[in-house]
Amino acid sequence: MVKITYNAARCKGCHYCVNACPKKCITLSGDTNNAGYETVKFNETECVACGSCYTVCPDYAIVIEKED
Amino acid sequence: MAAKTFNIPTLMQGLPPHTACQGCGHGIAGRIIYEVIEEMGMSSNCVAFHDLACGANMLFAQKGNGFSGAHGRAIPTATGFKRTRPDMLVFSYAGDGATYSIGMQHTIHTALRNENITAIVVNNTNFGMTGGQMSPATLIGQKTTSSPKGRTAELNGNPIDITEVYSGMKIAYLARGSVDSVANINKTKAYIRKAFEKQMAGCGFSFVEIMAPCPTNWGMTALGSIKRMQDEVLKLYPVGEYIDGGAK
Ligand SMILES: Cc1ncc(C[n+]2csc(CCOP(=O)(O)OP(=O)(O)O)c2C)c(N)n1
Ligand code: SF4
Ligand code: SF4
Ligand code: SF4
Repeated sequence: MVKITYNAARCKGCHYCVNACPKKCITLSGDTNNAGYETVKFNETECVACGSCYTVCPDYAIVIEKED
Repeated sequence: MAAKTFNIPTLMQGLPPHTACQGCGHGIAGRIIYEVIEEMGMSSNCVAFHDLACGANMLFAQKGNGFSGAHGRAIPTATGFKRTRPDMLVFSYAGDGATYSIGMQHTIHTALRNENITAIVVNNTNFGMTGGQMSPATLIGQKTTSSPKGRTAELNGNPIDITEVYSGMKIAYLARGSVDSVANINKTKAYIRKAFEKQMAGCGFSFVEIMAPCPTNWGMTALGSIKRMQDEVLKLYPVGEYIDGGAK
């Protein structure tokens, strides 16, 4: 099981994570946060916990946890 | 307990967001440095010496020891500290403007002395903080606020490649990484780790240049700036290890 914690308030909408996800489980949310940045949304069931989105995120908005 | 977790290092947790621009490479470069420090168990035994530019955002994105001195003087300030506290992990963190313009004498003489510190240089091919002026690392043809028609070799000289400048010098380590992709970010982490380990083993000067985007001053979207890195910047400044020296 994978748990994704996404802090939309920290997100700056660079969309590096969308670009980096090998499973295409990150897409644009269509919403903006209070700072005016377009946020993203995650499909947790497709996530393989590779950590790519965490790795490319310049704003520390994503935590990925994989349970056994 | 999670079996596997991807989360920022403890020294970076619980702080307000940093103020670097959307897609700025400093956010990634700063984070991977502290990931390495945590993995080495050095979190309470390290000091960062920052330059007064956009990279100073990273000074406030971590709770460890840090110091910000005069622009272009991060390397000599780190040198002074390391000489009094050789037990600590000491690194400088600065941009290409600071390191290859105003601070260039330190970039050369610190290497000539093979000083036992690590210099990390985030090269975004311009002066980010002051509004995107040309730096020594600006590419030929690149338009900046001080080269509005694009840099030319005739008028402005050729771009500096630190791997050519240090070629043949007796320093402990020289590598160039990049934050454009997961693969290169992981490679860059390994370079930083090697640089820090050489310092702690007393091998001498280690230098890691990290290629990074500055979408704001490049006048591009964040993803557009990553494309520019891959299409242009990394072709002139290839990623890799350039010097891998032994003991002092
Ligand atoms: C002695 C001195 N000269 C000039 C400046 C103005 N200044 C601040 S940051 C900077 C350059 C920033 O470029 P770089 O070092 O490449 O870092 P970046 O902001 O791109 O990360 C300059 C010239 C200063 N603060 N102090
Ligand atoms: S951990 Fe990997 S698979 Fe899961 S959302 Fe992030 S990039 Fe996609
Ligand atoms: S990489 Fe981070 S800051 Fe950029 S869009 Fe994704 S979550 Fe937001
Ligand atoms: S101006 Fe460039 S280097 Fe400075 S914070 Fe913005 S993107 Fe980063």
